Amino acid sequence: MIEAQGLDKRFGSVHAAQDVSFVARDGEITGLLGANGAGKSTSLRMLYGVLTPDRGRALVDGLDIAGETSRARAHLGVLPHASGLYGNLTARENIAYFGALHGLAPAALEVRCNELAALLDMRDFLDRRAKGFSQGQRIKVALARALVHDPRNLILDEPTNGLDVMAIRSLREMLAGLRAAGRCILFSSHVMQEVAALCDRVVVIGAGRVLADASPEEMRRQTGAASLEGAFLQVLGSADGVG
Amino acid sequence: MGALLTVFRKEFLENLRDRRTLFSALLFGPLFGPLLFGAMVTRMLDQNSFEADQSLQLTLSGGDRAPGLVQFLRSHGVTLRAADLSEEAARSAVIDGRESVVLIVPADYAQRFAAAKPAPVLLVADSTDAQNRKNADRARAILGSYGGGIAQQRLQMRGVDPLLTVPVAVNEVDVATPTGRAVAVLGFMTYFVLFALLMGGLYLAIDSTAGERERGSLEALLSLPVPRAALVGGKIAATCAYMGVSLAVTLCAFVVVFHFVPLERLGMSANLGPGTALALFAICLPFVPLGATLMAFVASFTRSYREAQTYLTVVLLVPTLPIAFASIYSLKTRSSLMLIPSLSQHLLMTSVLKAEPVHVLDVVVATLSCLAVAAVLFTLTARHWRRETMLG
Repeated sequence: MIEAQGLDKRFGSVHAAQDVSFVARDGEITGLLGANGAGKSTSLRMLYGVLTPDRGRALVDGLDIAGETSRARAHLGVLPHASGLYGNLTARENIAYFGALHGLAPAALEVRCNELAALLDMRDFLDRRAKGFSQGQRIKVALARALVHDPRNLILDEPTNGLDVMAIRSLREMLAGLRAAGRCILFSSHVMQEVAALCDRVVVIGAGRVLADASPEEMRRQTGAASLEGAFLQVLGSADGVG
Repeated sequence: MGALLTVFRKEFLENLRDRRTLFSALLFGPLFGPLLFGAMVTRMLDQNSFEADQSLQLTLSGGDRAPGLVQFLRSHGVTLRAADLSEEAARSAVIDGRESVVLIVPADYAQRFAAAKPAPVLLVADSTDAQNRKNADRARAILGSYGGGIAQQRLQMRGVDPLLTVPVAVNEVDVATPTGRAVAVLGFMTYFVLFALLMGGLYLAIDSTAGERERGSLEALLSLPVPRAALVGGKIAATCAYMGVSLAVTLCAFVVVFHFVPLERLGMSANLGPGTALALFAICLPFVPLGATLMAFVASFTRSYREAQTYLTVVLLVPTLPIAFASIYSLKTRSSLMLIPSLSQHLLMTSVLKAEPVHVLDVVVATLSCLAVAAVLFTLTARHWRRETMLG
């Protein structure tokens, strides 16, 4: 479970996040929907503890990311917006590096790498150097890297960026599988259809504030809109930047 | 500690697969200095011996008008080549480089000489070429001494004491010692050693900090449950390892170069066998963590590979400053100077190369001061890595 409790962050004169509060529950996929620059990445970065909030707390399975950083992070897998790989290392070495930094023993790592390769369909390029990988292959390796320690919670910042239709489809299946296994998944996107298709719960964010926090169905009911798209648009007030 | 080792192993391995890093750490950095040094010293020796051994070559036109002069030149070891050139022809021959120095005896020489009037000779040379200028200087000196001799004879024949024409006698005392000359050469060498040492870690320092950011792998790394000091420590340790290898290769290359360059002729003892190389390695080793932390510190503030490269090139010049300072003020080894990193390495290395005694205390002070600066820089770097601005 991931909890944002009144997260507030300013960068100079920009109020990037204002009192952001929501809960991403276990066994659910929670979508953070908003336009570019709405404060999605800032909120997520505070949740995985690379940004310190001016006010508020971020909890992972009840552990404060600011106070118990290492223990909280052990429960957390992160796919940041920028998820570059080490080009001179193979996919397996990229994954194993993060696993080793999570404290996994070499034998366990070997097993886990093969598991992830099967899960994410990476066996073809597992032992090739990452230098020439396609965007889809890169995302898969970065995702495997985030999942290497089998975390109970997963944060993904715009994971579908730059992926083709097939890759998006396999990513969705993968996330659905993790949900079925009782994991907590929080991901951000600026694509409405994607959020509508995948999420149990949607947190709509605009200008650094939480505008709505409900299941897609509830949101449609509350707004009285005919479609989910209409509901989102009504919540956002304008369609600027949200496609 | 486990995380630090993991980071170390990964950085070491990853850069081992990077051609640019390998080239700069193991080839360009370590071999550039020794080879340039060897070439420079050999050339210096060649030039000196060239001047001493070779007789002056002079192209002489109208030599039959001045038999006395010709005899004098021959007796002073000048090789004469007779030619018949007008002033214009001599000029163009020298400009074209067909002739080096041409001496022309004009038609009125004999007549004026006999009348004890200044007899003209024409010396044609191009002073822009250093070698031609030296030849012309030598020719002028010999002609001058011929003229001086003739003048004395003339005065004597008229019953005047030739010494009257020498009111002041200048005696030069040149105190330049062979060791003094050697210091300039050794200054080059110690700089090359420190340069190669830094060069060895340059690309790793950039790649593991600014490169990590540019590649977009930094944020994922920073969101791991690993203390930032362990991340920085592992990266710096890997940088140190490459610098150590680079240092070792450089010293080996110097041992080989010194074997072929006849340094004794510059008044230096060729005191660089394997034992000395080992001593130099030990002297430079404390400078390795200092250089690594300095480069990691600077590179951590840069946003891209290119920016890091620009700033770190300046860092590569840092060790030159104390060495340049030392040669300008000709500093002698003093215990207080051992507190200044790079200068202390320079002075200690110079002492070892000149086979002078080295005090243990000096080595201890030099080592500790390097390690202290490295510790401060490490703390600052780790602190910067804990800041959220590190994300860029």
